[in-house]
Amino acid sequence: MIPLSHYLALGAILFSISVVGIFLNRKNVVILLMSIELMLLAVNINFIAFSHYLQDVTGQIFVFFVLTVAAAESAIGLAIIIVLFRRRHTINVSDLDSLKG
Amino acid sequence: MTFEQLAFYFFASVAILAAAMVVTVRNPVRAALFLILTFFAVACIWMMLEAEFLAIVLILVYVGAVMVLFLFVVMMLDIDFDQLREGFAETLPIGATVAVLVLLQLVIVLTSGPFELEQVAAPVPAAADYGNTHQLGLLIYTYYVYPFELAAVMLVLAMIAAIVLTLRDRTGTRSQKPHEQTQVKRKDRVRLVKMNAEKKN
Amino acid sequence: MQEEMKMIYLAVPLVCLIPAIVAGLFGRKIGRIGAHTVTILGVGLAFFLSCYVYMDVMDGNTFNGTVYVWGISGGFPFEVGFLIDSLTASMMVIVTFVSWMVHIYTIGYMHDDPGYQRFFSYISLFTFSMLMLVMSNNFLQLFFGWEAVGLVSYLLIGFWYTRDTAIYANLKAFLVNRVGDFGFLIGIAAIYATFGSVDYSAVFASAPSLVDETIEIIPGTSWNMMTFICIMLFIGAMGKSAQVPLHVWLPDSMEGPTPISALIHAATMVTAGIFMVARTSPLFELSETALSVVLVIGALTAFFMALLGLVQNDIKRVVAYSTLSQLGYMTVALGASGYAVAIFHLGTHAFFKALLFLGAGSVIIAMHHEQDMRKMGGLRKLMPWTYATAVIGSLALAGIPPFAGFFSKDLIIESVHASTIPGSGFAYVAVLAGVAITAFYSFRLLFMTFHGKPRMDEHTLHHVKESPWVVVVPLVLLAIPSVLAGFMFMEPMAFSNYFEGVIYVSEEHDVLGAIGSIYEGKTGFSLVMAFMLHGMVALPFWLAVGGILLAWLFYIKKPELPGKVVDSVKPLYNVLVNKYGFDDFNQTVFANGTVKIGKFMSEYGDRRLIDGFFVNGTARVVEAFSRFLKPLQSGLVYQYAFAMILGLLGLMTWFLRVAQG
Repeated sequence: MIPLSHYLALGAILFSISVVGIFLNRKNVVILLMSIELMLLAVNINFIAFSHYLQDVTGQIFVFFVLTVAAAESAIGLAIIIVLFRRRHTINVSDLDSLKG
Repeated sequence: MTFEQLAFYFFASVAILAAAMVVTVRNPVRAALFLILTFFAVACIWMMLEAEFLAIVLILVYVGAVMVLFLFVVMMLDIDFDQLREGFAETLPIGATVAVLVLLQLVIVLTSGPFELEQVAAPVPAAADYGNTHQLGLLIYTYYVYPFELAAVMLVLAMIAAIVLTLRDRTGTRSQKPHEQTQVKRKDRVRLVKMNAEKKN
Repeated sequence: MQEEMKMIYLAVPLVCLIPAIVAGLFGRKIGRIGAHTVTILGVGLAFFLSCYVYMDVMDGNTFNGTVYVWGISGGFPFEVGFLIDSLTASMMVIVTFVSWMVHIYTIGYMHDDPGYQRFFSYISLFTFSMLMLVMSNNFLQLFFGWEAVGLVSYLLIGFWYTRDTAIYANLKAFLVNRVGDFGFLIGIAAIYATFGSVDYSAVFASAPSLVDETIEIIPGTSWNMMTFICIMLFIGAMGKSAQVPLHVWLPDSMEGPTPISALIHAATMVTAGIFMVARTSPLFELSETALSVVLVIGALTAFFMALLGLVQNDIKRVVAYSTLSQLGYMTVALGASGYAVAIFHLGTHAFFKALLFLGAGSVIIAMHHEQDMRKMGGLRKLMPWTYATAVIGSLALAGIPPFAGFFSKDLIIESVHASTIPGSGFAYVAVLAGVAITAFYSFRLLFMTFHGKPRMDEHTLHHVKESPWVVVVPLVLLAIPSVLAGFMFMEPMAFSNYFEGVIYVSEEHDVLGAIGSIYEGKTGFSLVMAFMLHGMVALPFWLAVGGILLAWLFYIKKPELPGKVVDSVKPLYNVLVNKYGFDDFNQTVFANGTVKIGKFMSEYGDRRLIDGFFVNGTARVVEAFSRFLKPLQSGLVYQYAFAMILGLLGLMTWFLRVAQG
């Protein structure tokens, strides 16, 4: 029998890895997006683990919606990357400081 | 060690290793491929948690669509990835520290005890005729029908947004514009000129 | 029947309002003749309807009800309602009659004025406002009418708005009235706070049970609520009815055209305060202190303002000071609890004072808008009608029997004599002295204007002629009640149950009852005769005759005498010419003081504190703070993302360590 805490630990480790990923690849937007996907995955693991151990399907419904949002987010994110590249010929985040106003 | 435990630890280590590779490899194409591997391993773990529907969705939608989209984009753009890795080593200590702190806190919570088997017993495995998809469907189409519809709207929105963002009006291309063609009036095309008849020489 | 009467009540003010709007907004379209036709027809109709209402009230049909609910806010209804009883009906008749006369007279007086239509619009609007004031059945509508007459008065004093003096005068009138109105408003608020209603009947019904209510305005000192309410209301009356020290606006208001002086500043608007106090008699009766204040203020006004009339040379100003003095008489009557007498004097005074003003106006027309009496004289033969009516008006004002003023003024003096309220002794002396002075200055006016040798230049003298019939007819029509109103209305108003259920007088203040007991058993003509005979042998009559004789001596027999007298009492004369320094005091203390405070506040309050410290200070703090924060906005998204993650870490730590304990 595997205790719930092991699943949660897996989620925690994946989450931490993605945090490291965000720090490491701070210039590459594509990898940043992937790290975010990874984060959401870690969260989803928690949801499903709890849903299983507490015998409540509602947790899985949440995962369902998270997946939907994540799919939409990556679609739009990638579209933005394409537009960005078309304009600036780079996806280097440190070049993008026009928010400074 | 039972087969179940064996399978869990195997898939978990694959997921963790693959995830670590995702954030460290030099080439984004390989990162994407490692992400796919992570998703696979996690999908297997979800199977063990009797969440078959979501496991399948993760593979079909994520691996099949989203990750392929990632690959497309990465390969399509002509990017100098080496340049993007500048400062990789400098931020590693900060990133690692933050990650370790996050992990530490999560571990503190986990090891404080409320999630062990004594507190949360593992459920009895479901019967052979149990259908996870069926259960999920019952909830989604009754209680969560409005959020579900909203999710659908959001997907459409994302689709439209992605198209609108990337759409490019190329000048110089020739194409038919049916809506303009149907609205043409006579005076747009034909000009009647009144003129006197010319004499034959 | 009730519904029909309700329509008539409603029609009375509306037939004044509608022509006012028509003449005001479409004056140019309907022209001069159109403007005066609609307004005169409207006010004339209002007069006849008022007479009808008066007859109806005399038959015992009173009315008290709401005709329109304007709005309800927080459970407090804003209502337009009418209270029709003998007091209201009398006021309606007086107001509409005098107003009608003034309307007709104006055709002649304003003949050449470019603002002809505007003027008619204003005076009709004024009639409407005054009717709303007297007909109201609650304090709120009373206040509406109160402010509306104030507004119209402002517009009319400044009617010739290109004259600096007129603008100064109307501003002054408005500001001084503000002071009074503020007290009035506080009084109404106090009434609402105490009684939970502003309806007359509700307030008066519960007043006796709340007589011991107190209020703490300054912590530690508790005042009787009734006294507070009454004094606040009376401050309002002081403003409107021009009592010392809020009288300063009235003489200056003579800057307006003469018909207005007659209508507003003699006959109707200034009597609003008297009317209001009479209307709220159930409250005033509960506070001896308030009555005493009313009495003393009235006596001061009656005596000292009459003195000022002696030294004026402007024909209108003499009449204006006499108005002030007469208003003082009415106030004295109110203070002595002789409300009925006050209203009686209000009525007779309205007639003869309007007559005097219009007569003065007639003279002014003839003199080509010259108002200085020193440049008049000898007009008696040239303007016989004006002279005859002016004599009637002066006799009535001086209180010579059988003219109207005699009855009302004599009753006031008798009332004060019979009164036991603190201050009544002083008031009695003041009103007695006032009688002689009144007679003196009114005949001084008459003699200086109509008798003696003409003192104007040849050219003017050559052109003096009797005024046109539109001027003379109102004079004659006003002269009739100036003669008759006294003995016609003395018995019903003062010695009968005319005001029963309308004006409330408590047992111990019932001065009229005391006077009435002298004439016990006499009614009708015999009562009037007895009263007149009694008056002829009493002091006031001989004082009045003495005043007239003195005036004759000074201005006919020995015209050099006034100069000598003035020289011998030069300091006193100067005090009078300076109007006791009220104007100078107001100018230096209030006007300049306000300007100084304003300058101080502008410099230190506004420019330094609000603008410098709060507004610019805030901006400076924000600027300094943002200079410190500015580097944080790098524009680099990944730095923001880092900040988010660090924040997440912080929140997690907080959640684990603090929230979870």
